[in-house]
Amino acid sequence: MPTGGGGDTPADLPAETAATVVGSSPIERTEAGAAAGAEQELMTVNMGPHHPATHGVLRLLVSLQGEVVIDLKPIIGYLHTGIEKSCEDQSYWKVIPFVERMDYLSYFSNMQAYCGAVETLLELELPPRAQYLRVIHLELNRIHSHLVWLGTSALDLGAISMFWYCFRERDKILDLFEMSSGQRMHTRYFQVGGVFEDIPAGFERKVREFCADMVVRLEQYRALLDRNEIFLRRTKGVGIVSRERLLELGVTGPLLRAAGEPWDLRRAQPDLCYADLDFKIPVGTVGDGYDRYRVRLQEMRESVRIIEQCLDGLPEGPFVADDRKVVLPPRDELSISMEALIHHFKLVTEGFRVPPGEAYYPVESPRGELGAFVLADGSAKPARVHIRDPSFVHMQALREMCVGGYIADLISNLAMLDPILGGVDR
Amino acid sequence: MPDSPGLELIAGELRDAHPDSVLATYHEHDQACLIVDPEQVLDVLRWLRDTPGQRYDFLSSLHGVDYLPAAPRFGVVYELLNRDRVERLRVRAALPDPAANGDGADALPAIDSCVELFPTAEFHEREVYDFFGIVFRGHPDLRRILLPEVYVGWPHRRDFPIGGEPVIFTHDERIVPGWTE
Repeated sequence: MPTGGGGDTPADLPAETAATVVGSSPIERTEAGAAAGAEQELMTVNMGPHHPATHGVLRLLVSLQGEVVIDLKPIIGYLHTGIEKSCEDQSYWKVIPFVERMDYLSYFSNMQAYCGAVETLLELELPPRAQYLRVIHLELNRIHSHLVWLGTSALDLGAISMFWYCFRERDKILDLFEMSSGQRMHTRYFQVGGVFEDIPAGFERKVREFCADMVVRLEQYRALLDRNEIFLRRTKGVGIVSRERLLELGVTGPLLRAAGEPWDLRRAQPDLCYADLDFKIPVGTVGDGYDRYRVRLQEMRESVRIIEQCLDGLPEGPFVADDRKVVLPPRDELSISMEALIHHFKLVTEGFRVPPGEAYYPVESPRGELGAFVLADGSAKPARVHIRDPSFVHMQALREMCVGGYIADLISNLAMLDPILGGVDR
Repeated sequence: MPDSPGLELIAGELRDAHPDSVLATYHEHDQACLIVDPEQVLDVLRWLRDTPGQRYDFLSSLHGVDYLPAAPRFGVVYELLNRDRVERLRVRAALPDPAANGDGADALPAIDSCVELFPTAEFHEREVYDFFGIVFRGHPDLRRILLPEVYVGWPHRRDFPIGGEPVIFTHDERIVPGWTE
């Protein structure tokens, strides 16, 4: 495997070469190549949409001069399933399983963004216990998402054992999700007004065990990768884009924080109970692949802290808002209360109606700002659901990370970008 | 978020700087929105981005909305953010449907592209074009982004039926001849 990057990045390329259009004739002699001494042909390589290192069905058209990436164009849409359109045909509570399947690694964030937007439109207050339960699951989800990222990214860079270790811990999180919601992935645990069910007995103990375990595991991951010469040389100094440029490109989340910008919506614009919690926002210095790795690793540690604080401070009380026009009545009331039966019937058949209006609700997903825009027209179905997915936006930054570097660094950059194609294509 | 008087102040200053640019404002659920003239949307965005005291210099999201049956029918929505004050402002360009104004059934609504102001808008605008058929003048590479380039129709418009499109498999070629072209 070529191990480029590090100090020996290729010499600066002339500007006219960098502007070469992709997709013209596949082989083309350029004057710049001849002028550089090494007479090299420009070659267009198609990566994907089924290359295993593309983290999904991403297709990249790459123009190469030798091993150096001259231009790069992401071609997306292979996973487009029209989820946003399908949402317009569902009642509000049935949309939740749809939006979960967009960014399939951070389904709790998708749910939170969507439910938050609908709750904003309904002006519905969440009970404190629901907020804490949501944060516990959101942060477990963040660890889960970062673990999948760490495992697959290290795999891309040749560290196969990381994959097994990370997926071992990920499986424990999926067990926790199964315990609280009955589903391992795409749990539909959140609902408008709170969460679907209270956590079962023993869940807290299992989460605490997991948290204690995770602290040790994170140190082990760090020990495995931080001394790994191959990993270091393939991530350090690779894929640097300046902080200003990242902001122009709309990049948020760990990518932006790795470049030194402490921007985290959980702190800047806290929703749920994040304002009550004590956590740090890890930032990087240079913004290379190694910083991105360190930021995400530290974020997992902070997520563990958040979960532990939430368990310590978990308030008693209802886990869902007491609004019978929106939330299903408890099962035991159905046999004794006619009114509950009517509410149940109306909610299940028609769903609840949302007053006309529009709302944009951003949350900090594991990948960055994930925003849900919901337009309500007064009926029981949303008139428009749009998810601003961070992966979709970040895909635009890939070109600037890769141009001028080796093609081996492209794999590293893509791994550290952490795109989820389900979210990109929706 | 700018509160309701704050939003009116912004709208007032915008009207002074660019007459008739702001058509309406609304403030609901603690979210502020300016509804602007699509012909002046670049002026408005530039003013909001560059004016000291405003500095909405981060474009969180850009998306299209079809308000059918309301008129003007389309909206291009810009979710702006000032990261220092953590204030969000929604700008909506209200675009009429040229097909309804007798410009022919194939006439597409058009608006200026804001890629120069916010480079992040490139993919967003392509997506809006893809799904709503809103043309962004001056966009560097306005093609369909998620749907195939040969796709016909604008599926996120409200009058485009869900499931109104045949699922194309190879064995359907007998039924839908020439679908590969």
